[in-house]
Amino acid sequence: MENLIGLLVAIPLLGAALLLCGGRRLDGKGHYIGTVLAAASFAIGAVLFADMLGRGEHDRALHSKVFSWIPVGGFRADVAFQLDQLSMTFVLLITGVGTLIHIYSIGYMEHDERRRRFFGYLNLFLAAMLLLVLADNYLLLYVGWEGVGLASYLLIGFWQHKPSAATAAKKAFIVNRVGDVGLSIAIMLMFTTFGTFTFAPVLTNADHASEGKLTAIGLMLLLAACGKSAQVPLQSWLGDAMEGPTPVSALIHAATMVTAGVYLITRSGAIFNAAPDAQAAVVAVGAVTLLFGAIVGCAKDDIKKALAGSTMSQIGYMILAAGLGPIGYVFAIMHLVTHGFFKAGLFLGAGSVMHAMNDEVDMRKYGGLRKYMPVTFITFGLGYLAIIGFPGLSGFWSKDKIIEAAFAKGGTEGWILGGAALLGAAITAYYMTRVMLLTFFGEKRWVPDEEGHEPHPHESPSSMTIPMIVLAVGSVFAGGLFSVNDAFLKWLEPVTGHSHGDSPLSAAAVTGGTMVVLLIGVALAWAQYGRRPVPRTAPRGSLLTRAARRDLLQDDFNHVALVKPGQYLTRGLVYVDHKLVDGVVNGTAASVGGLSGRLRKLQNGYARTYAVSMFGGTAVLIAATLLMRAV
Amino acid sequence: MTHAATVHSLWTTAAAAPDKIPSPDIEYGQLSPTLIVLGAAIVGVLIEAFLPRRQRYVAQLFVSVVALAAAFAAVIGLAAGDYGTSKARVAAMGAIAVDGPALFLQGTILLVALVAVFTFAERRLDPVVHGNRVDSFAAQAAAVPGGDAEKAAVKAGFTTTEVFPLVLFAVGGMLVFPSANDLLTLFVALEVFSLPLYILCALARRHRALSQEAAVKYFLLGAFSSAFLLFGIALLYGYAGTVAYSGIADVVDGQVRNVTPALAGTMGNDALLLIGGAMVLMGLLFKIGAVPFHMWTPDVYQGAPTPVTGFMAAATKVAAFGALLRLLYVVLPGLRWDWRPVMWGVAIVTMLGGAIVAVTQTDVKRLLAYSSIAHAGFILAGVIATTPEGISSVLFYLAAYSFVTLGAFAVVTLVRDAGGEATHLSKWAGLGRRSPLVAAVFAVFLLAFAGIPLTSGFAGKFAVFKAAADGGAGALVVIGVISSAVAAFFYIRVIVLMFFSEPRTDGPSVAVPSPLTSSAIAIGVAVTLVLGVAPQYFLDLASQAGVFVR
Repeated sequence: MENLIGLLVAIPLLGAALLLCGGRRLDGKGHYIGTVLAAASFAIGAVLFADMLGRGEHDRALHSKVFSWIPVGGFRADVAFQLDQLSMTFVLLITGVGTLIHIYSIGYMEHDERRRRFFGYLNLFLAAMLLLVLADNYLLLYVGWEGVGLASYLLIGFWQHKPSAATAAKKAFIVNRVGDVGLSIAIMLMFTTFGTFTFAPVLTNADHASEGKLTAIGLMLLLAACGKSAQVPLQSWLGDAMEGPTPVSALIHAATMVTAGVYLITRSGAIFNAAPDAQAAVVAVGAVTLLFGAIVGCAKDDIKKALAGSTMSQIGYMILAAGLGPIGYVFAIMHLVTHGFFKAGLFLGAGSVMHAMNDEVDMRKYGGLRKYMPVTFITFGLGYLAIIGFPGLSGFWSKDKIIEAAFAKGGTEGWILGGAALLGAAITAYYMTRVMLLTFFGEKRWVPDEEGHEPHPHESPSSMTIPMIVLAVGSVFAGGLFSVNDAFLKWLEPVTGHSHGDSPLSAAAVTGGTMVVLLIGVALAWAQYGRRPVPRTAPRGSLLTRAARRDLLQDDFNHVALVKPGQYLTRGLVYVDHKLVDGVVNGTAASVGGLSGRLRKLQNGYARTYAVSMFGGTAVLIAATLLMRAV
Repeated sequence: MTHAATVHSLWTTAAAAPDKIPSPDIEYGQLSPTLIVLGAAIVGVLIEAFLPRRQRYVAQLFVSVVALAAAFAAVIGLAAGDYGTSKARVAAMGAIAVDGPALFLQGTILLVALVAVFTFAERRLDPVVHGNRVDSFAAQAAAVPGGDAEKAAVKAGFTTTEVFPLVLFAVGGMLVFPSANDLLTLFVALEVFSLPLYILCALARRHRALSQEAAVKYFLLGAFSSAFLLFGIALLYGYAGTVAYSGIADVVDGQVRNVTPALAGTMGNDALLLIGGAMVLMGLLFKIGAVPFHMWTPDVYQGAPTPVTGFMAAATKVAAFGALLRLLYVVLPGLRWDWRPVMWGVAIVTMLGGAIVAVTQTDVKRLLAYSSIAHAGFILAGVIATTPEGISSVLFYLAAYSFVTLGAFAVVTLVRDAGGEATHLSKWAGLGRRSPLVAAVFAVFLLAFAGIPLTSGFAGKFAVFKAAADGGAGALVVIGVISSAVAAFFYIRVIVLMFFSEPRTDGPSVAVPSPLTSSAIAIGVAVTLVLGVAPQYFLDLASQAGVFVR
């Protein structure tokens, strides 16, 4: 069984190599190869899952060492895998959703002449993401971490002929680098503290290290998580990342890669448990981001950007839960999985709509689409109900638990966090209802595209609708299934640990409160977009609306706080380099050259001059020797 | 006994004629490398005397290669028989030392000579003259340049096959030079290898006047320096009453109290020791090419036939540094505090002088000459360390440097235009576009000269500087690194010129050599890279060999 783990990573990696190096010969069948290999990976994941269920809950983890990677003295890094319940959850999510999105992309990318390359990148992403969650040490995790960053960069910029896509890819890469530096520093700190970066020894010895060091490690890990999971203050890249093809947004920028930060924090739970300050920072980041993303989501007219704001916000929930410690780890991961279903479904639905509307993304130019695209409407609608937490659907179970856990934190902190989570739920209901109403209800507000073609909305082909249907089924039932007998809690508890905390409110009260704010949110959206006609061009809006449309001024802030000082710094350095360094260097060079030219004249070609030089040299030699003796 | 009686008895003892002269005890086995080479040289002379002209080339080449290879095998055999370490001893009645440094340097000289002989024998570069393939040497050395006799000789397709025995004689002298264990043997060895070199320098087929001028200058200045050396030897004899290294060292250490009566007035007089020591040192520094005794180097390197320059630059330096090491470490270690500051000064002016003057050179051969001066300075830094690491680092540097030098000059022979070798740097512009392989190989050698990692130059320079720093010569190392930086400029400049300049329309062509030169260059590159990438084995070898016998 252990050997299968390596295969899990190797198969999509092979696919990537095949598709990217295979050349034009594979153009006709590249997408099938990619899809089959992704499905094969999923099948292996399923076999391993069945095998894992067959074992007792405390010996479910599997280890597999492939080879010694860097053995240098005391420094050891192995390519070794660890498959426990946490990794297993991710493996199924990644390969499952990944396979569905491969299938969807067959239809979605049908007319793209670089489709083979697209599938190569997708397979590369799968391999890197699986490596990330299967690594048994932080260094190998870092390899996967960088790998998904690369795949994300390549896929955001897939339509590189569009300057906006190229810029967005670069932006995502650079912002992610900031987070990556955090991860690398965290790994170095770990090595100096524990002498290793293998999970097991680091995490079991976490209690013995000083709290200061653990806090430092924790904060650096948080920085890494902020970069990859688009959390404040490194959130700015996610909105722009929507320039990538929609299946990419669904897989990488909604369901899997952006949740890597949640994985990292949950995996490093022992470190955060022993470093309360770092944990407080995690919670703060989560709470701020869940509101930040939700507010941005309210103001966007671009359907994908609205969903991106929502993703940011939902990951904020997960980070918040992970920051709560053992009260929240399980629910963070549970929300991660359910979110993977409904958010991927929503993105695929959005892609289906765009496909039908000549790639129009402005929701103000949609309207009334429910009659034209019934399957998309129903699957998207189920995703919508799931994300706002409609009772019984997936999101209800997972989000409710997080809100409960936030209150259970206790004290003032608990009230603040719980309040923020509740407020977030209200805003979620508002902006998702808005998306729903603008897209599928109301009268038609369609406009012809630049070439004058009227849109003729139609249902998408079955290669696209089937994945949407499967994901919708997951959106409806996954949460409930997980909650029967606390199945998910029992499954994950041996890895992450769990405590119930001490909630000041009863579970029923929290659920009730959530229902109330949900209704308020939906009602507000209905009042604004359902009852009145929607203008094709956005009204000016309040100050907050305008700020939210500009992503709450994130880019302006970055420009003023980082880009400008950076430019001044580099200009200063260039000045110093030109004037001072070059001056010294050129001056030295010139004086050496001048000296050389002068000394060269001594070499006049006459043997007599040379003899005099030798004679003088000998005289000096003798004199110096005698002088040395004299002193 | 009164003082007068003592003197009288010493007189009579000295004057009493020995009843018989003991036959000298010669260890032929341990001297076999030298004997093989000198024997082959004599065979070469006989070949010149008795074989028809047409057959000489092949015969000479065969004899030279076999002799050098056999001598190298003999060195290996001696080293394998522990003559370099536990069985190291003084042979031939105290005249020759057979020890680690001697065997290491002899091995290096023999390999260098073997590779050099390949370049000497190259006959495909010069255009065919009247159906005869010719090499880089004059058709008839004794003919006046441009005269009728020369034209006749060229027309007849003569070549100077005498170069092979001449090289062998020179190699014989060079083998003795670093192992000479008394001052007279040192002097004889010096003359034995210098005289053939003077002649070889005069033998260029093209630019004969320049070549002869170089030879005359080399001869005059060499004779001048030999005079100093010989005078220094006389003074040292006056000081110690012996020319044997160990004997002088004993007197320096104050271990000898019985005074030779004839020298009663001078023995133990430190002024003689210091002046004599300085003069002998000067004779060796001349051969090394240290500033201010270096001025012959550029002229001679430029004028001599390029294969000879390569041989001379590599092998002479190895032999001369070997002799210098032995002199300073065996004869004068007791005088360390006197000669070290002086040598500091010499090393500094040599490093800086060589590097700085090289900056404005425009001729490849002169550039390499100044580069060799700078390198002599770097090696002197290792000599000054006066530690066992100093010895072994110098040994390693010499081995590394000699192959780079040989290879670089071999490449110079390939780049030609109508007038023969195109040595002016401006003609090398854009060479990398026309002949990427040749330019790349030359670039490897230049990088090794500059001491860039992964080449032997880096490993050597690192070893020498480390030894010098550990030996308390940190300031010298700083100056050495500064000089290296200056030197890197002109090495890299040539690379830039070759690869990043537009080729000239009247630029030179690269001749396709025979396997002889090709293999010489290939060996040079291989040694450069192997010593650069995996130097440890050779460093270990050098440090095992780094102990002088007394």
